Amino acid sequence: MADVTQEAGTGQLPEPDAAREWLETMMLIRRFEERAGEMYAKAKVGGFLHLAIGEEATIVGACRAMRDDDYLISTYRSHGHALARGGDPDRVMAELFGRDEGVSHGRGGSMHMFDLENRFMGGYGIVGGNLPLAAGMALASDYQGLDEVTVCVFGDGAANQGTFGETLNLAALWKLPVVFMVTNNQFGMGTALERHSAVTDLHRRGDGFGVPGLRCDGMDVVETHEVMREAIRRAREDRQPILVEAITYRFRGHSMADPEEYRTKEQVEEWRKRDPINVFAERLGLEDDEVERLDGQAVERVDQAVAFADKAPFPAPESLYDHIYVFGDQVQGWYSVDERSAGVHKGEDERSLAEAERGPTEHYHQAVEAASKEDVGEKKPADEAQAEDEDAEEAEDQDEEAEE
Amino acid sequence: MAVVRYREALNQALREEMQRDERVFLMGEDIGVFNGAFKVTAGLLEEFGEKRVRDTPISENTIVGMGVGAAMTGLRPVVELMTINFSLLAMDQIVNHMATIHYMFGGQAKVPMVVRMPQGAGHQLGPTHSHCLEALYLHVPGMLLAVPSTAADAKGLLKAAIRDDNPVVFIEHEYLYGQRGDVPDDDDHVIQFGQAAIRREGADVTVVGISRMAVTAEKAADILAKEHEIEAEVIDPRTLRPLDLDTILESVAKTNRAVIVEEGWPHGGVGANLAALIQEQAFDDLDAPVARVTGADLPMPYSKPLEQIAYPHEPQIVEAVLATFRDL
Repeated sequence: MADVTQEAGTGQLPEPDAAREWLETMMLIRRFEERAGEMYAKAKVGGFLHLAIGEEATIVGACRAMRDDDYLISTYRSHGHALARGGDPDRVMAELFGRDEGVSHGRGGSMHMFDLENRFMGGYGIVGGNLPLAAGMALASDYQGLDEVTVCVFGDGAANQGTFGETLNLAALWKLPVVFMVTNNQFGMGTALERHSAVTDLHRRGDGFGVPGLRCDGMDVVETHEVMREAIRRAREDRQPILVEAITYRFRGHSMADPEEYRTKEQVEEWRKRDPINVFAERLGLEDDEVERLDGQAVERVDQAVAFADKAPFPAPESLYDHIYVFGDQVQGWYSVDERSAGVHKGEDERSLAEAERGPTEHYHQAVEAASKEDVGEKKPADEAQAEDEDAEEAEDQDEEAEE
Repeated sequence: MAVVRYREALNQALREEMQRDERVFLMGEDIGVFNGAFKVTAGLLEEFGEKRVRDTPISENTIVGMGVGAAMTGLRPVVELMTINFSLLAMDQIVNHMATIHYMFGGQAKVPMVVRMPQGAGHQLGPTHSHCLEALYLHVPGMLLAVPSTAADAKGLLKAAIRDDNPVVFIEHEYLYGQRGDVPDDDDHVIQFGQAAIRREGADVTVVGISRMAVTAEKAADILAKEHEIEAEVIDPRTLRPLDLDTILESVAKTNRAVIVEEGWPHGGVGANLAALIQEQAFDDLDAPVARVTGADLPMPYSKPLEQIAYPHEPQIVEAVLATFRDL
C-alpha cells in the first residue's frame, strides 16, 4: 500500500472559527440535499438527482484544503461542491428548478452546475469525462507559470473508464499539478466496488502510471482535509499529480430513481452511525442546543433558497438558442450557423417570431403552468424504467383527456 | 503569392498563429520529434520548443479533453488527431464536452480550440483508416466545421479557426496534402467561415463538392464542358458550419439543377442534408430532383480495384449530372 494516513479521528482540528464554518457548510449541504430530494418528489425538480448525503466530509474537506484560485471540477453529484466553493444556495437551487437565475441558467440542471467566479469548473454527466478536462486546466496553469492546482473529483465507477488511465499517465508524464480525488462510495451506481474493480484499493491504481496515492477516511472531514492539503501541497510545490482515495458512503440511492436492491438496510445503518456531521459535531464537543441552532440556520437558508427558486422565472422561450456559440466576426448569431428551415432563420427576427411560428411553444407554457403549482406531482417511482412507463401512461391519459 | 503544398500552407498557418499569440499551442501524436504523420507540423518543435509543440501518448479522448480544459482556462489549443478515424475514440470529449460546455453552463465558459484531422480514401488503408466522416461532426451543434480543399483555403481557414472563440473541427484530406496551389504570403490571409467559393462558373447545373470532392467535381466539370456542352457551376462550401447556403441557392436559382458530391457515406450524409435544405428553400427553382454522388455504403475495402470503385471519381459525377437533364 502506498502512503497510509493516521488512524481515523486523530487529525489536528482546525481553529475554532474554521471548524464551525466546516460544520455549517456540511449541514448546509445535508439540508440542501434533503430539500432537493423533497422538491424532486414534488416534481419541482426534474431529470436525475444525485444526492451527496453521507459524502459531505469529502466535499468540505477537499474544498477547504484549496486556495481560492485553485480549480475544482466534479461529477454529476456536485451540488455540494458548488455550495462549498461559495456558490449561492439560491442559484444552485434555482438551477435544479430549471430557472434562468440558476448557476447554469437552466441549461445544465443537477448534473451540470458551474461557477466560474469561484473556479468551480463544473459538474459533468459523463462518468470519467472530467479527468482530461482537469489535466487540461492544470496544463493551462503550468503553461502560464501560475501555481494554481486543479482538484478533480470523481467516483469509484469512473476509475474504470479509459480516461482514468489515459489522464493519469499524461498528467504524470507532463508533471501537471492536479489532484485526482476518487470519492470511493463503494458503488458504481448499483455495482459494488468488489464487483467492478479487480484492485479495490483504488489509491494504488495510480502506481502503474507514476501517480502516487494517498487514502483518507472520507467520513472524517479533518482527516480528509489533512490528506487533501498535503496532496495539494505536493501537486503545487513538487509539480506532480497525486491520487487521493476518500472512502465514503452515500446514505441515499445512486439517484432518486434507485430502489437500492443491491445493498442491505443493515449496511446502510452501519454507515449511518459514522455520519460525518454527527461525528464532527461530537468531536468539536458542541452542546446539543448549539448543534440544533446551527442546523436550524442551515434549514432556514435552504428554505430561503427554495422560496427563491420557486419564484424565479424560467428562461424565456426565445432564449432557447442562447449560448450555443460565442458570437464574433464569423458567427454573428446562432442563426448564421443554423440553416434548417426557410424564412424563420434569417436573422434576429427569429427571437420574436419564435412564439408565433413555432408550434411547440404551447408546451413551454404548459410546463411553466405546471411548475407553478404548489405540489406538482406524486412522489416519483423508484426506478427509471418504471418512471418511463408511468410517463408514457401519463401521456396516454392526457391524450385521452384531450380527445374527450 | 507563392505556390505551396496544402500541408505547407497548414504549416504556415500554425507557425504564424503561434508567433502571433503565445496562448496557441499544439498537442498531438507524433507531431513533434516525428514532425507529424503527414508532416503538417514539420519544423515547429524546433522553432517553438516542447512547451508549445507537445508530443502526446496515443490517447485521443484525453488529448482532446485536455484541450477542452486548457481552452476553458485561458489557452488556445490546436489538437491534431492522426486521422479522422481515430477521432472516434475522442467522440465523447468532442460531442459531450467540447461542443456542449458553452451551452451547458449558460455561456460562462468558452472553448476556443481547434481539432485538426485528415480523412479520405485512396491509399489502400482499408476499413479503419480511410473514411470520410464530416457528416458525423456536421450533426453536432456548438462547434464549427471546416473542410478546406485548396492550399489557400487550408491556410486561411485554419488561421480563422485558431482565432475564433468557438471550438472548431477542422477536417483536412490525405490526398490533398501533396497538392499545390497559390497561397498569399500575407500574415493576415484569413478566410471567414461561412463563405462558399465558386470554383467554376456555369449556367447549366450546380455541382457542390465537399472536401476533396470539390477538386474532383471541378475535373468532372471540364469533361462536361468538353464532351457534353454542359457548363457546370462548381461550388465548394469550404465550411459546413456555418454553411453559406445563399451562394448555393443563388446558383440553383440560375441553373435549376443541383448535384452534391461527397466522399462519405450516403445515409445521413452531407449531401442528404444539403438536398433537404435545397428542396425546402428552392423547390420551385428545381427542374430535376437534387442528385447525390457519394462514397459507397460500405467499409472501405483494401484491394486497390475495389477501393477505386468505392469512392466517387469524375465519371460518376458526369453521369449524375447528365441524369438531371434526361426526361423524367
